[in-house]
Amino acid sequence: MTTTAPAEAAVGEAPSGAAKPGPRRRPGRIRRIGLPYLLLLPALLLELLVHLVPMVIGIVMSFKELTQFYIRDWGAAPWSGLDNYKVSVDFDAPVGEALLHSFLVTVAFTLLSVGLCWLIGTAAAVYLQDNFRGRGLLRALFLIPYALPVYAAVITWVFMFQHDNGLVNHVLHDQLHLTDKPSFWLIGDNSFWALLTVSVWKGWPFAFLIVMAGLQNIPGELYEAAALDGAGMWQQIRRITLPSLRPVNQVLLLVLFLWTFNDFNTPFVLFGRSAPAAADLISVHIYQASFVTWNFGTGSAMSVLLLLFLLVVTGAYLLLTSRGRKPAHG
Amino acid sequence: MASTNSPMAPPRSFFWSRRIFLTLLTGFVLLPVYVMVSSSLKPLADVTGEFHWLPSEVTIRPYIDIWSTIPLARYFVNSLIVAGAATVCSVVIAVFAAYAVSRYEFHGKRVFTVTVLSTQMFPGILFLLPLFLIYVNIGNATGIALFGSRGGLILTYLTFSLPFSIWMLIGYFDSVPRDLDEAALVDGCGPLGALFRVVVPAAIPGIVAVAVYAFMTAWGEVLFASVMTNDATRTLAVGLQGYSTLNNVYWNQIMAASLVVSVPVVAGFLLLQRYLVAGLTAGAVK
Repeated sequence: MTTTAPAEAAVGEAPSGAAKPGPRRRPGRIRRIGLPYLLLLPALLLELLVHLVPMVIGIVMSFKELTQFYIRDWGAAPWSGLDNYKVSVDFDAPVGEALLHSFLVTVAFTLLSVGLCWLIGTAAAVYLQDNFRGRGLLRALFLIPYALPVYAAVITWVFMFQHDNGLVNHVLHDQLHLTDKPSFWLIGDNSFWALLTVSVWKGWPFAFLIVMAGLQNIPGELYEAAALDGAGMWQQIRRITLPSLRPVNQVLLLVLFLWTFNDFNTPFVLFGRSAPAAADLISVHIYQASFVTWNFGTGSAMSVLLLLFLLVVTGAYLLLTSRGRKPAHG
Repeated sequence: MASTNSPMAPPRSFFWSRRIFLTLLTGFVLLPVYVMVSSSLKPLADVTGEFHWLPSEVTIRPYIDIWSTIPLARYFVNSLIVAGAATVCSVVIAVFAAYAVSRYEFHGKRVFTVTVLSTQMFPGILFLLPLFLIYVNIGNATGIALFGSRGGLILTYLTFSLPFSIWMLIGYFDSVPRDLDEAALVDGCGPLGALFRVVVPAAIPGIVAVAVYAFMTAWGEVLFASVMTNDATRTLAVGLQGYSTLNNVYWNQIMAASLVVSVPVVAGFLLLQRYLVAGLTAGAVK
């Protein structure tokens, strides 16, 4: 890249474009000004319809008393000021207390799940970096949890976690005699660990995929140079592989965090409409607060609070992790 | 692969730790797959009583019964139509958008990319309720049935995969040398001709990767499908739950049906995973 203004550099990158005098390019220029917008139009309209307008409406809804009586004509619902927010964050009252509990459960769940997914994914990618017999097969096998439709995979876990006829109790109780009596996995406190297991099983291949792609971009000369300097395998991994993956990890961890925090599909299929308190993830909690009680106003206020939280966390994360790093294109 | 060139042989600890780790991980990954396959071949008595690793007798009965217990074929067709249409539309729209961002300078470019990407962080639950209301109200006002119809679901799903697809394709298109499409322009192709004759063919791995991603997103989505479909338009994601709300839980049929609905995506994914890795390497992960 040259040091001129980025706008000029990008358009006129082809040598002929920069050299040609202005007037002769005029007709093309005029067409070019409209064309990018035209190309973007479909994407823009859809983003507006499905993401941005609903978000604005969601924010408006959160200031309304939007109960089932007003669903048909939600504009007619009375304004309620900050009432929905007050209810949501009044941690002494049942609604707020349940929301806070759900939030804390989600934070703990997300941190554990993202950490484990990243750890397993990175280890697997590093171990599969060498070419050895069966490597291609393992790589394909490892991607199966990611490729399986969520509901098909999670419903299989539901079967495995069944109290009377599930595999987990059969192994832990009948075969290994680790528990006194068969445990319940999908209700009570165990449900947290059941959810975590399924989430990690489902999520780590994505980390694996991304890290694997990131590893291919590390130049081989780096390893050769390190080996000449006498660095062993473990040192090469610690000194070259992991630092080189930093930019990849920055995005990967953020994406994993957001997906896990917002995950609805896994808990919804695992537990059905009402999740046990120990595994009451925030998405399902809001879904229930909205559709089971038909109180869309409070549900929207909770969603807006969730979005604010995610915005703050994402912003802080990007600020912290980008500090001290050179911009991608200098 | 990079480290195969390293002149120093890895230490023994590397090999045994690799063997242990990969063995355990393979077991963890394949356990549910084994349960799915083996249970789908069991008679009902085997899956209602205590779990056994092997079927008492192998039967293909569940694979026949799944089609009559619930209208599985209908759900299957619905899912195919919804996921297929969402994928095609999403890819075409993403190609246009990514081409604009990759090849042109225009006002609002940064705002566009940042906005599109940031929608990735929105919790689905945030726009589920408003979208529900928007679709109902559009239906009431214009008679276009979006709520409960396949069209509404297609529209929703294609937007879900759009941000990631655009983001990945921008990276991919950036890696296609500009000289190539400048040459096509000089040869008399219009900008769209350059896009379809030069840039798209050179970016096929990225486009395939994006298509795989879009299809999987649509095929597996549960939240919006559970709210926005009715009996006629129900997709597999919601329909499969029909096996467990009956008096008997037909686990062998659930497993058989899960396998049947998984085979198309898993087979497709494994066939195309090379493209996905290549696409990620060139596009997203730079």
